[in-house]
Amino acid sequence: MSPSELFNIVIMQGFAGFSLFSVLLLMGLGLAIIFGQMGVINMAHGEFMTIGAYTIYLASHLSETFAPGLMPYYFPPAILLAFIAAFAVGWLAEWLLIRHLYKRPLDTLLATWGLSLGMQQVFRSTFGPKEVSPTLPDWLLGSWSPMAGLDIPINGLFVMALTLVVCAVVFLAMFRSRWGLRVRATVANRAMANATGIDTRRTDRITYAIGCGIAGMAGAAFTTIGSTGPTSGSLYIVDAFLVVTFGGAASLLGTIASAFSISQVQSIAEFFLTGSMAKVLTLSLILLILMMRPQGLFASKVRR
Amino acid sequence: MNKIFEQFGTHRHAALILLMLLLAVVLPLGLDIFRLNLIGKYLSYSFVAVGLVMLWGYGGILSLGQGVYFGLGGYCMAMFLKLEASDPVSTKIQTTPGIPDFMDWNQITALPLLWQPFRHLPLALLAVVLVPGLLAFVLGVAMFKRRVSGVYFAIMTQAVALILSVLIIGQQGYTGGVNGITDLKTLLGWDIRTDRAHYILYFVNVALLGLVILGCQWIQQSKLGTLLLAMRDKEDRVRFSGYDVASFRTFVFCLAAALAAIGGAMFTLQVGFMSPSFVGIVPSIELVIFTAIGGRMSLIGAVYGTLLVNLGKTYFSESFPDLWLFLMAALFIGVVMAFPDGLAGIYSARIRPWLLNRRGIQAASSVTQAGNPARP
Amino acid sequence: MQSKSPDQARKFSARTLLCSALSLVLLASAQPGFADVPPTAKVNTTGLAVADTEVTVGQLHSATGTMAISETGSIQAEQLAIDQINAMGGVLGRKVKVIKEDGASDWPTFAEKSKKLLVNDHVAAVFGCWTSASRKAVLPIFEKENGMLYYPTFYEGLEQSKNVVYTGQEATQQILWSLDWAKNEKKAKSFFLIGSDYIWPRTSMKIARKHIENFQKGKVVGEEYYPLGNTNFNSLINKIKIAKPDVIFAAVVGGSNVAFYKQLKAAGITADKQMLLTLSVTEDEALGIGGENLAGFYSSMKYFESLTNDNNKKFVAAFKAKYGPKSVIGDVTQAAYLGPWIWKAAVEKAGSFDVDKVAAATPGIEVKIAPEGYVKVHQNHHLWSKARIGMAQADGQFKVVAESPELIEPNPFPKGYQ
Repeated sequence: MSPSELFNIVIMQGFAGFSLFSVLLLMGLGLAIIFGQMGVINMAHGEFMTIGAYTIYLASHLSETFAPGLMPYYFPPAILLAFIAAFAVGWLAEWLLIRHLYKRPLDTLLATWGLSLGMQQVFRSTFGPKEVSPTLPDWLLGSWSPMAGLDIPINGLFVMALTLVVCAVVFLAMFRSRWGLRVRATVANRAMANATGIDTRRTDRITYAIGCGIAGMAGAAFTTIGSTGPTSGSLYIVDAFLVVTFGGAASLLGTIASAFSISQVQSIAEFFLTGSMAKVLTLSLILLILMMRPQGLFASKVRR
Repeated sequence: MNKIFEQFGTHRHAALILLMLLLAVVLPLGLDIFRLNLIGKYLSYSFVAVGLVMLWGYGGILSLGQGVYFGLGGYCMAMFLKLEASDPVSTKIQTTPGIPDFMDWNQITALPLLWQPFRHLPLALLAVVLVPGLLAFVLGVAMFKRRVSGVYFAIMTQAVALILSVLIIGQQGYTGGVNGITDLKTLLGWDIRTDRAHYILYFVNVALLGLVILGCQWIQQSKLGTLLLAMRDKEDRVRFSGYDVASFRTFVFCLAAALAAIGGAMFTLQVGFMSPSFVGIVPSIELVIFTAIGGRMSLIGAVYGTLLVNLGKTYFSESFPDLWLFLMAALFIGVVMAFPDGLAGIYSARIRPWLLNRRGIQAASSVTQAGNPARP
Repeated sequence: MQSKSPDQARKFSARTLLCSALSLVLLASAQPGFADVPPTAKVNTTGLAVADTEVTVGQLHSATGTMAISETGSIQAEQLAIDQINAMGGVLGRKVKVIKEDGASDWPTFAEKSKKLLVNDHVAAVFGCWTSASRKAVLPIFEKENGMLYYPTFYEGLEQSKNVVYTGQEATQQILWSLDWAKNEKKAKSFFLIGSDYIWPRTSMKIARKHIENFQKGKVVGEEYYPLGNTNFNSLINKIKIAKPDVIFAAVVGGSNVAFYKQLKAAGITADKQMLLTLSVTEDEALGIGGENLAGFYSSMKYFESLTNDNNKKFVAAFKAKYGPKSVIGDVTQAAYLGPWIWKAAVEKAGSFDVDKVAAATPGIEVKIAPEGYVKVHQNHHLWSKARIGMAQADGQFKVVAESPELIEPNPFPKGYQ
């Protein structure tokens, strides 16, 4: 292999790592808010991602049928739509289910598990049991090739950019807005927050819905790299939980750090080992580190 | 001796006797052997649920990876049965006769060392309890000494489940891969596939379950049970009183693992195969759901919960093939929302006071004492 | 329609007198027809669910869970075949009634439901299963309870049972001819083998490797397996780029499949630069992957929806009439469609629903209306069938570019490949 080829491979492999990083981060971010900040074990997270994916499918379908001229442009607004759809369903779920369960976090696991079963069946009844494939705009397909032998996936770039934007918005909202202040106050001490006049119920509902909305956006973005079917969400749920826990549940920064380290280890291990062994190696490393640092990489300093 | 009987209390005994009557007399008389065998399969899950009552209800530790121990127990049993089914005569078409068929398909030419002990039934039976017990011990020591608890512990047990299922599926030459270990025929020459065998295994299963519940009730009544409850509610105070919290937690974790493993072995015997689909995360969560539906504080409730969910699953999916997932979802959500203490909660909050009122007795019972813990 | 041997004894009962009289008339003119309904006691000596006007069969696939994506096509095709058989008057004059059970993508559930169908419902035959794992879970039950299973999926071979008819290809039928085609027509010498991590891809790749190395004197430059459900293939794609194989030989399944092809395309691996031959992409999978991500890649199957023979035109028209113009038909869907027809022919040849007699009558059964052209059941209960190579089009259909000249003999225990 010539040096230039080696260079290309190193670049592409590095990109593979970063692209996995942004995928993990995007799927973990919504959960980091719901699970990390609110303590709700949201087993239906994957299904909220699927809502986003089906929103893209619907949007591509509608645009293909009614406005073929808009095909190249439908994708970004559809991602916003995905956020809105998942936000709305999340809001409803919080109102119907979750708000009754804040005092017993482990029960949220069971209720949301039931919710995820029900949602899967809704997808199946609505869109059919087979996978669907949204028609993506041409500019999202293929690769960007700055020089011969070097191919950078455009969908990877897109997911990265989206992750960056979502992250920035979440951080701004969390640390620079009234809502963020209320959320942080509620997480730190619910009773005190209530006493100072914060409507913690409303804060909870919006926080949960925003977490779901971000999941919806993640699902929408993943239509470029993965499948869209009734059970697609189950492909992501375990990884999402690992990312959030490993980072130290209550810390958004921890989620980023953990997504980064998991993605790098996995992507490098996959390159040098076979796929199955790489997975085992990554999971074992996570387990070992978690045993040594049980509160995750970035422990919150909150007293329980 | 009298004191022990007093401790067991009258209604705990009555509930167990009632359950045993139902399982050992009513169901065998009322159901044909196919349905009874299905009940036997569900009862093998209820070992896990009983273990979870001890671990989660009493110990306050939620494990989302009990499928691992159920699976390991089942695999230990299945390995013995598979070796017996793979005698050189019945496997003579293979390249290497005398080894399990899936090894032959994966170019393994001699029985791996890992499999050697499973030629002997006593060793295999020992392994059923010891292998999962040891794994639980190692994990328990590592995690509880570092005071991992709550949701973190739950997620870690999930990671273990994930690792083990990826390993089992990946190492298919040694484990049978995604297919699992299938086509099990005889136990020491006794055909386990006949109706007669299914009857016998069912009663063995019921008897074992009765013993296990008695044992767990005894633990709950002993000082150990009190300590477990105390640790769940005020861990620090117990620690400051000089008790080693980690050891107690490790013990109850190992206990739950061993119980799950017994269930796994009984599953293998009654169903005739073992599959990695039990080791993953989803079945482990389902096992927790059985316990939650039954009531996490009630050993007897756990058995009823397991039966209810599984009968629901079977009945719904046979009668409403298109809608059954909705019905299951409604069942889970409904129980969690309306009856946080599960079936046992319904009993102690509604039925029991009613019964007692009718008899004019003041309602005060050990279940309601233990059944209203401070929520974590 | 098989004709009855003339020496068959006939019992008369008041209830069947009319039918029998009619059948005698028909026999006399040597033209047995639909009205030839033999008495139940005669065609069913083992207590199956066969009545005077009705015979019950079971259907056992995953309608829920992750495998529902793949198994839905089989459910539809089997139902279509049974409807058509009923429209023709049923089997031995009896309408076919179906009991549907949901395996829920869970192997123990498959075992439970198959036992229910055999022990509780006494069905005469079961059309079902998709994955190897589900078949392995139910096989001991079918052998012990003596049931009849019609299994539609192409699979790894290494199995043969009196109680199973395999209507899909075993591994050598799907692999050997297509590898030879790649070598002879496309001058391929080096191969990169990729599969999901379970028995079918592993066995298929083992056979492929032996064939490439021992018979073709070619080279295998890589062999990789990824866990089922894996959605990240970028590192693998880089390994492919280093190895520079003439052909990527892929057997990736399920949700991974979509991720694999989308990421290949995104990494610039497209048909104009790289040849890819897959064992696991039919029109069904193309639906989820999207034709634009597949265009130009080759798939090795025995059936494609685009086949132009008359049988297939009728089949496609009937399928689309029943399930909508947008529905697609993959290789396994077609194989599932064959199941009820093979069962019907075997029952009529045996003159009985008894499983032993049906199993004995099965070898030699021909299906002349098979959409794939013509198939025949081998002594080993697998089908003689052709191998075809299809090139994926942007609309998700396949253009047949090569076809084996002869029917290929099924050989589930191939010598030299183990």
